Amino acid sequence: MSLFIVNILDGLVTGLLLFMLCSGLTLIFSMMGVLNFAHASFYMLGAYFAYQISTYVGFWPGLIIAPVIVGVLGALIERYGLRRVHQYGHVPELIFTFGLALLIEEVVQFLWGKSQKAYEEPAILDFTAFSIAGNAFPAYKVFMIFVAIGIFLVLLYILTKTRVGMIIQAALTYPNTVQNLGHNVPLVFMGVFGVGTAMAGVAGVIAGPVLGTFPGMAFLLGSIVFVTIVVGGLGSLWGALLASLLIGWLQTFAASYNVRMEDILVALGMEKPVDLASSALRDLWTLTLPQIGPILPYLLMVLILIVRPQGLLGKRET
Amino acid sequence: MTGIEANKNTGTKRSDDLAPHKWESRRLINWSSAWPWVSAMVLLLALPVVFPSGSAITIMNQMAITIIFALAYNMLLGQGGMLSFGHAVYMGLGGFFCMHVLNWVEYDGLWLPLPLLPVLGGLFGLAFAFIIGSFSTRRAGTVFAMISLGVGELIAACSIIIVVFFGGEEGVSGDRSMGPEVFGFDFAQQREVYYLIVAWLLISTLAMYLFSRTPIGRITNAVRDNEERAEFLGYSQRHVRWISFCASGFFCGVAGALFAVNLEILTEENLNTTQSGIILLVTFLGGVGFFVGPIIGAIVFTLLQTVLSLYTEIWQLYLGILFVLTVMFFPSGLTGLIAVHIAPWKAGKLGLLAVPYAKLIIPLLAFVLSGAAILEILFHAREASVGDEAMTLYGITFNSHSLLPMIVAVVVAAGSVVIMKRIMPSLKEAWDAASPVSNAP
Repeated sequence: MSLFIVNILDGLVTGLLLFMLCSGLTLIFSMMGVLNFAHASFYMLGAYFAYQISTYVGFWPGLIIAPVIVGVLGALIERYGLRRVHQYGHVPELIFTFGLALLIEEVVQFLWGKSQKAYEEPAILDFTAFSIAGNAFPAYKVFMIFVAIGIFLVLLYILTKTRVGMIIQAALTYPNTVQNLGHNVPLVFMGVFGVGTAMAGVAGVIAGPVLGTFPGMAFLLGSIVFVTIVVGGLGSLWGALLASLLIGWLQTFAASYNVRMEDILVALGMEKPVDLASSALRDLWTLTLPQIGPILPYLLMVLILIVRPQGLLGKRET
Repeated sequence: MTGIEANKNTGTKRSDDLAPHKWESRRLINWSSAWPWVSAMVLLLALPVVFPSGSAITIMNQMAITIIFALAYNMLLGQGGMLSFGHAVYMGLGGFFCMHVLNWVEYDGLWLPLPLLPVLGGLFGLAFAFIIGSFSTRRAGTVFAMISLGVGELIAACSIIIVVFFGGEEGVSGDRSMGPEVFGFDFAQQREVYYLIVAWLLISTLAMYLFSRTPIGRITNAVRDNEERAEFLGYSQRHVRWISFCASGFFCGVAGALFAVNLEILTEENLNTTQSGIILLVTFLGGVGFFVGPIIGAIVFTLLQTVLSLYTEIWQLYLGILFVLTVMFFPSGLTGLIAVHIAPWKAGKLGLLAVPYAKLIIPLLAFVLSGAAILEILFHAREASVGDEAMTLYGITFNSHSLLPMIVAVVVAAGSVVIMKRIMPSLKEAWDAASPVSNAP
């Protein structure tokens, strides 16, 4: 039971981290109809910028400055890159963000090298917050949970209660009408893109010390992020939250419970082949749950696409 | 939503090949338009005689396989408006399957002449494309792209788990020369493999070209440009996409089989997302709106990759920059760049452009070289071991940690940008004079 609670909390951390990326991505997608393939690259940039800042002035200034730099960079890329490509249509836009993702990874390798950076959590949070039956839960993860929830609440407040949020919500559905009412819709788009990438930057800053700061980090998380927003339903913020938590828990539980396929097959009444090495089904017999953990999100996506093509909470058919 | 409206902006009429299709002709292909094929065949047969060295043949083999793969990819991207981020999977699966077939030939006495192997690889790719296409081709555009990415990741991740088929970390290897001899060839020599690959290159290119000319090929274009109208004509957009997805999967499998024959080993790297990204880069660089685009892209990319990786460690950074610049400024690719010159050439006014181009080429070259120099100096200053401060660039040896070379490079780069900006108006003027459209009353 105690292991279960620890896993619930660990999964929550992963899920909320995913959601910080997914929420920005979903907002950008439902607003501009463009899926930002480079979104996870901004997450990586956040981690690297924060690392660089932390070598000069420590962790805390980086938490503020790095996302701001990432957001400004994102807004500039929207203004001078994406807006230019937008006229060619959606597919070139996708290709542009894909190329951007490749380019950012190369630039990061160029500037910081291929090896992992020693980006560490601040000493003030380097203690055990509480432990459940011998399983320690670090304070930094508690901090991550609070940051993620805090950002989500701020975002929710801005989107639903403020004037800016109203304009954004209106521009999601009727950009032309909003434009006719005298609002600068391209500026709104640029702002949303900037804020979305800045949120990815925050996720990078707080995830860098835990998940590692290395050039492959964008790619590692990026594909999961896309799976998540497909599962949750494209353009649905609540769907993104649900799918993020679901995938976070799925991965955490799969990694910590060593369910072996062999036991299941034997329980089903099948006989283990004596000469396993030459059997064509040997992979089936040696399979374990932690082993297939990484592919579970993709399997979930394929299943969702077959059973419910619009995603868990999505409205439009995908 | 699905169409690549790139060509609208280049001012040229959309056409899937450089010569417009004449509706008067009853045949799919005119005998008078056979000369590009014949000359390509002669050229391909003559190449190993001109470049007999082993490394040249290796590069040409690689190039031919990339051409088939890129053409198959463009069946989706250019002709069907489907952007796939996991297309290396179909090539990889075909290749892995063929590797196993080669091992069956070697150990289990299966009788199969090597030249027929690509058919099997193609069928295997087709089978997978059939299964995956059944749910992924429901929509085009963004949704298709994401599903293809997810499926690609899924299969790439499976390749580490399913050791029986994918061979785990070390991959699957085999021996191509164990099958029955064909006309006295056992395909142990790299040159024999070259002719095998070239034969398949011609067959598949012709087949893909003819496919784009068939009614189903044309309807694929229609679905790309406007899926609703195609539906009103009575065609299911989903089935049309599914069929072209399957056809593309077949030729990817052929490319995978040839890859297996060429290198005799396949690993997880052959079907991961990086590989899928590369084929997107190749195709887009060449130009997705033209049938010959991927061919040009594959040739240029393979040459660039070979040459750049010889001279610099950061060649992938250059390719990344080139890719992003292509998407931003030349969305119709290299072929599109060539194609816009056809109208002035036909009007006999290409000469007007020669002088401004000659003026532009010097600062452009200076900019590219000095820009690369800035990156190289930065890279050397950070990467080189302590104490090793001497670097050689363009035949000049200097200290990479001193400021002077950097200043020189930056000044040259900035200067060439200023000069190029000065030249641009005269180039635009020449263009206006040379393009027949603007001269029309």
